[in-house]
Formats: sequence, C-alpha cells, structure tokens
Amino acid sequence: MKTYILPQYLIERDDYRCIRCEVCARQCAFDVHWYDEEEDAVFADESKCVGCLRCATLCPTHALVVRPNPTSTPENANWTTQVLHNIYKQAETGGVLLTGMGCDKDYPIYWDRIVLDASQVTNPSIDPLREPMELRTYLGAKPDKVEMREKKGKPVLKTTLTPQLRLDIPIMFSAISYGAISYNACESLARAATELGTFYNTGEGGLHRNLYKYGDHTICQVASGRFGVHADYLEVAAALEIKIGQGAKPGIGGHLPGEKVSAEISRTRMIPKGTDALSPAPHHDIYSIEDLAQLIYALKEATHWEKPVSVKIAAVHNSAAIASGMVRAGADIIALDGIRGGTGAAPTMIRDNVGIPIELALAAVDDRLREEGIRNRASIVVAGGIRSSADVIKAIALGADAVYIGTAALVAMGCHVCQKCYTGNCNWGIATQDPYLSKRLNPEVGTRRLVNLLTGWSHEIMEMLGGMGINAIESLRGNRLRLRGVGLTQEELDILGIKHAGS
Amino acid sequence: MLKGVRFHGDKDFSGCSIFGMMNLKGDMFDGEPMITAIANMKDRSNGLGGGFAAYGIYPQYAELICFHVMFDDQAARRETEEFLKSSFVIHAAEAIPTRACEGVEDPPLLWRYFLEPHEITLCEEEDPDDFVVKAVMHINVRVDGAFVFSSGRNMGVFKGVGFPEDIGRFFRLEEYQGYIWVAHGRFPTNTQGWWGGAHPFNILDWSVVHNGEISSYGINLRYLEMFGYACTLHTDTEVIAYAVDLLVRRHGLSVPDMARVLAAPLWTEIDRMPAEEKEIHTVLRQTYGSLLLNGPFSVIISNRSQMIGLTDRIRLRPLVAGRNGDFMYISSEEAPMHLIDDTLKDTWIPRGGEPIVAELEEVAGVVEVVEAEAIGAAGMDTA
Repeated sequence: MKTYILPQYLIERDDYRCIRCEVCARQCAFDVHWYDEEEDAVFADESKCVGCLRCATLCPTHALVVRPNPTSTPENANWTTQVLHNIYKQAETGGVLLTGMGCDKDYPIYWDRIVLDASQVTNPSIDPLREPMELRTYLGAKPDKVEMREKKGKPVLKTTLTPQLRLDIPIMFSAISYGAISYNACESLARAATELGTFYNTGEGGLHRNLYKYGDHTICQVASGRFGVHADYLEVAAALEIKIGQGAKPGIGGHLPGEKVSAEISRTRMIPKGTDALSPAPHHDIYSIEDLAQLIYALKEATHWEKPVSVKIAAVHNSAAIASGMVRAGADIIALDGIRGGTGAAPTMIRDNVGIPIELALAAVDDRLREEGIRNRASIVVAGGIRSSADVIKAIALGADAVYIGTAALVAMGCHVCQKCYTGNCNWGIATQDPYLSKRLNPEVGTRRLVNLLTGWSHEIMEMLGGMGINAIESLRGNRLRLRGVGLTQEELDILGIKHAGS
Repeated sequence: MLKGVRFHGDKDFSGCSIFGMMNLKGDMFDGEPMITAIANMKDRSNGLGGGFAAYGIYPQYAELICFHVMFDDQAARRETEEFLKSSFVIHAAEAIPTRACEGVEDPPLLWRYFLEPHEITLCEEEDPDDFVVKAVMHINVRVDGAFVFSSGRNMGVFKGVGFPEDIGRFFRLEEYQGYIWVAHGRFPTNTQGWWGGAHPFNILDWSVVHNGEISSYGINLRYLEMFGYACTLHTDTEVIAYAVDLLVRRHGLSVPDMARVLAAPLWTEIDRMPAEEKEIHTVLRQTYGSLLLNGPFSVIISNRSQMIGLTDRIRLRPLVAGRNGDFMYISSEEAPMHLIDDTLKDTWIPRGGEPIVAELEEVAGVVEVVEAEAIGAAGMDTA
C-alpha cells in the first residue's frame, strides 16, 4: 500500500564537503543512505530517516544537515501533521501506534515553573569549594524514634534500623531492562553506579551473570512477567523493587518482541530464544493491597530481611492513597514514575494520555504520608522526566529522597531521543540487541560519560545547596519554603505546597 | 494586633543577642544583671523585640502549670478562659504586673494563670505534659486574638516589642527571683511588630533564645508537624523548642544526643569514629535527618535544671561561655559577662556543634559543669 506519510526529516548533503567516505551509509541501520559507485554520489531515502543524527554526528566533514521537513499538511490546529500521520499509519497497518521514550506532548513541566531560593545578608551562603557539602542519602524505612539504653554506664542503641541503601549522590539510574537496551548499555550503567556510589536498576529483564559483580550497586526488579527472577538474582541485589507500573504505560504490561530475544537474553530472562516476552498488565498474584504485602514479605523473607524492598508505581490520580497503602504494606521505598517517564516500547496513546506529571504526584504523596505521620516509614524516589541537576534539587525540595534518571542517562550515552527504541535499530548501540549496532557503545566510554554527567550534576547541586545556606541534603528534603512558583494557578500552588514568587 | 497576623506562612529572619545566666546551686538572683547584660549588646537588636525567661520565680505555685497569655481584647480573654475552665482547675488568675515604660507601646492584655489539669479531662494513659501541649496548641491555633507564650512550671517568659532592657523594666523583672535567667534582644528584618514573635520561645519547661536563621526551617517544621506540633509563630526558634521537646521529653534522648541530632557531625567525621559511636551517630542522623538545624544559629535552651548553649555545626554565629564559682554564663559576646561580673576570668568559646551544658548540682550530682565531650561536629575545615 502506498504510504501517505511524508518524510519527517529532510537530509541536505553538501556535495562539496562530502568525501564519499560512506560513514553515513554504514552507520544508518534504517538504510537511509547509500553510495552509488557509478555516479560516485551518496543518496538518501528520507522516508526512512528517524532523525537520530547518528550520520550527521559522525560525518567527518559535517556535510550533512538533517532538518524537519518543512512540507506539512494544511495548517489546522486540530488536524495537525502528527495527527494525520497517525491516522495514515493506522489506516495502512491496522495496528496499535507504537513509540519509545517518554511522553513528548507539551503538558506543563512544573520544574520550569518552580524557582529556587538563595541566601542574602541574613544567612551566609556556603562555598562548596571551601566547605563540606553533604549529599549522602540513605534510602529505607526510618523508625519513629531512636531509643537508647545504658550498658556499663555507656549509652548504646536499643533501636536497630531496617536495611538502608547508602547513596553518595541522591540520583540513581532508573529501571531499564536488558532486552530493552544492549548488554553494553547495562554494563555502562552498572559500572557508573558503582563508581559513583549509587545504584542502577535492572528493570524487569533479569541480570546477566557477568554483571553480578556490580550487585552491591544493583536494584533487582521483580515485575509481573517474573523474567529472570531466581534465588541468585535476589541474593546478588542490594535492594529489590516490585514493579507495579511504569510512567510511560500505566495500567498495561510489556512486550519484548521475539526478534530481540537472543541467546544471551533468553538465558538471562529464562525464556526460550526467539519467543516474545510478555509481561502481564497486573501481577497475577497481586489483585489488591494485601497481596502486595504478601509479595513484599515473601521477598524480604527470601533475602533474610537484609535488603530494602521498593515498590514502583506509575503516577496516577490517586497515587497518594495508593502510596499510603504501600507504606503500610511494608514497602521501604516508594518509587513514583510520572507521565514523562520513558519506555522501550509503549502504545503512543497510552504513553501520551495516561498518568499525571511527577511533580504533582510527588507533592501529593509526600503530603499524604506526612498527614498520616508515616513519611519516615518509607523513602520516596521519583522518576519521569528529570533532565538536570535543577530538576533533581527541586524534586528533593518538594519531598523526594532521591530521583531515578533514565532518559538523561541514555542521552549521556549518546541517545538523541528519536523515540524509535521499539524498532531495535538504535544507531547509537543503546536500544538494540544487534551485535553490529551494540558494539558501537563501548562500556568504557559509556561509563565515563555517565560518571561525568552525574559528577557535573553533583557539583551543581552542591553550589545550589550552598547558595541556600545549606550544607546537607537532608536539610533541603521536603523543605518547600525554599521553592517558589512562577506563573502557576493557586490550585497548582496548593497541590505543590509552595508559594508564588514574590510572596 | 494578634488577630490574623500570626499565620504569615513563612519564618522571619532575625539577627540577635542572647544571654544566659545560671546559679548552679539553685540560689536565686533578680533580673537586674540580666537587664544590664542584654542592654550592653544593644547594637545586636533594633527595638523590635526583647524578652526574658526566668526559672524559679513562682515557688508558691511550684507544681502548677503557669500560662502567660497575651490577648487582643477582653473577648479573646473570655474565650480562652472558657476553654481553660473546661480543661484545667484554675488556682489563680491575674494580670501580669507591668509598669508604663518609655519604648514599650501598645502592649496587649497580659495575664497569667496557674493551672492543674482536670482529672476528668485527662485520660488515664495520657501524659499530663502532652495534655498541656495540646491545650497550648488549641489556644494558639483556634482562639483568634489569644496567644500562650509561656506554659511551664515555676518559670515564666516575659517578652514584647521594644528593646530588651525596656521590656525588662516594663515587666518589673528586678522584682522576680530566679536561678536561671535567659534574655534576648531581637533584630528582625521582616517583623510585623507582634509581641508573640519576640523571644524566648517556650513550651512546657523548655525555653529557647536564638540568634540566627535556620535554612532547614521548612523541613524541620514539616517533620515536627508529623508529631502533632503546630508551628504557629513562623520563627525558627519555635522549631528548636519543639525539636528539643520531641527529642528529650518524648523520645527520651540525652542532651548530648539531642545536640548530635540538631548539629550533627559530618558524615566524614562519623565514618572515622570508633564502631559503637559511629553506629549511634549514623542511626541518629538517618532517623532524625529532618531535624538537623542547618544554617547559622547560636541558641540557649533551658529547662528547670539545665541551661544549654549550642551553635550550628560550622559555627556561623557567635557564642561564648563563662564560669565564675557557682555562676555560669552563656552569651553572644564576652563583654556583658564581665560587665556584670568583674571577677569573671574563666571564659571560653565552644566549638561548632559542641553543646555547653550547665546543670543544677543537685540534678547533675557533681560539682563540675558538664561539658559534653567533643562530639565531633566541631573542628570543621573552614579554610
């Protein structure tokens, strides 16, 4: 069937600059570029271009310009090019629209409507280059109080804390499964987390045996498909996470196509090679809160009560009440994933229309847990669209103990957010299982780029903390007085629990 | 003046002078030297707030709760007294004696009540102190135009808008005899000139005078709210008082442990401690991280047997201690100590985060002042 979809991008090649090296042709897994020997020219089929910019980035003479196609469908506020293209695509295939990464619609990004405070006159700001600045964070349940007793005239602790995760910076790598991303990408995340003194999350695809050595910095996920969940997997983790939902696709399960299930993935996930890996929408042993409590305690029991258990949900309308139930069900960490959270593959309509922005969910959950006097009983970790150190520090001031970053970490490794992860053709070697593509990501380089990113962010966080006259991150956590809203309605301000700038 | 102004939703900022004086044997002295000492630090205040707390001043009612309350008008007083009658046996009620004094204008109605909780209103399980705290919170939140600014036993707070020496004269403090006195002169930068906003801040027997600004105020307050404290004043000082009450009275921590929470040592210092000590510090910081007081402060916290001086962990505000025989002093500056005690020789500057604890001898059981062993927070590299 003839497609009515116009190419999304145009590729302009400066023939004077082009040296016919064919890098573009070799690098594009979507087969956009090809070299014609007879004509000694390079051509492009733009209808296949996804805009990942691998060719333009690697072109040694910068001969390539990839830009959005200016030819658009007739101007219409309702029937935009994007809408028409979706309809053409479905009319041509009869399928569900698929996409990758996080929601790209312009819902309000509250981070950009929140500004931070700084000290002036009455309170000295602190220079982190000269004075200590503490970012260390412990995730896990905290008791209501510490009790001491006397032993041989010396005070000793009567209270013991349940297991805690120690983070040297309050930023972790979000759950991204082996399968959704390449082995090299997984290794980069694992090594970077280890070097940074933080954690990465396996996602629901199990853990490759070669990566067990990074177990002390690994959060192993238990999701509805239970892929790769076995005794060793639970044992090697620093913490466990029960995945109930994901911000990119609340309420639905997952689907890893059989083509991506290679021998290694088959072994790691414990499913036959070449078969689709289907995660059910719900956990079929969790139909209510008491079932969640059973799974939490089963995992704690299975790991000798030595590991904190996190429960991850997508941010939805009544997250606050759900989170309260999760804490009472024994979750040590509540992970909230907002509407902008990423994915390897999700139905476009679900990704773009289900769930709520993480800022609002975070504020509501933190408030609710405080109202109920149980905020100390679980840590809150937020995910879904954290783009910079400023987003991190605002999330912490709103009430998060730490954040997960997914997309930002992938971008650090080279991702250009073309949203085609579900094709398995990632030219950057990240969201692919093709050995030819995945070897493009050198784990050594991937690790370095991730470590550099978070090192930069932590310097920025320290500067902002010092500017507020604060030298320990816990003094900012939930300290919403250091935030102000700009251009927000009273209702938004009330939900966020902050005042408008100028007041 | 009280009506509607309390909830301006943010802390206020103030620089200040603080002064504390204690007789370790419990011998009484009047308020005169306190007025002299605090007046000596006049350029640390700007006439928008001053106050005193004195312990041992009501021996005739030593075991009764004494409320000092300020009212906008008689209606607020009647409403408050109705509430008090329903919860307490009122043994005495009177206007707090004052004198007209230049520099002190438009005082609210100032009353004091000597109270004992009704047996029928106090449920069996309930701690009488919790009952009192709830009553204070009730009046301060629910009764518009009334504010309880002192709620201890055998002690009282006297404070208002004005220079502290004028407030001292206004309340005739030279006529009271106490064994612990603390004073405060205030330099607020966004005050609305509210009498309740002056220091000391008090809850039960705890009173706090404070110089500084707590950058962690927002989270300190939200943590305390989880434990039922309503922070109505929006001053940093209030959260210090509640934090101390929570940690020491309700959670049973010792004073040095309380200091380890409020001015916690750095993680790098904790990591270097011997195993047992390290564990205690780690657990305290993990559990009470939300009560760490960040930002510049020096405070004097007192109760019926102790006077405790503490600075923030990187010592961004001044604090000096002195001792002469049975007298112990804690002050923002050294000069006023010498002004009122010309034989004083022994003075020292505590390290950041290191508490100075002066304790009544009969309670401490030793003659020496308990100087808590260095708890680590100090000595930070402030190159």
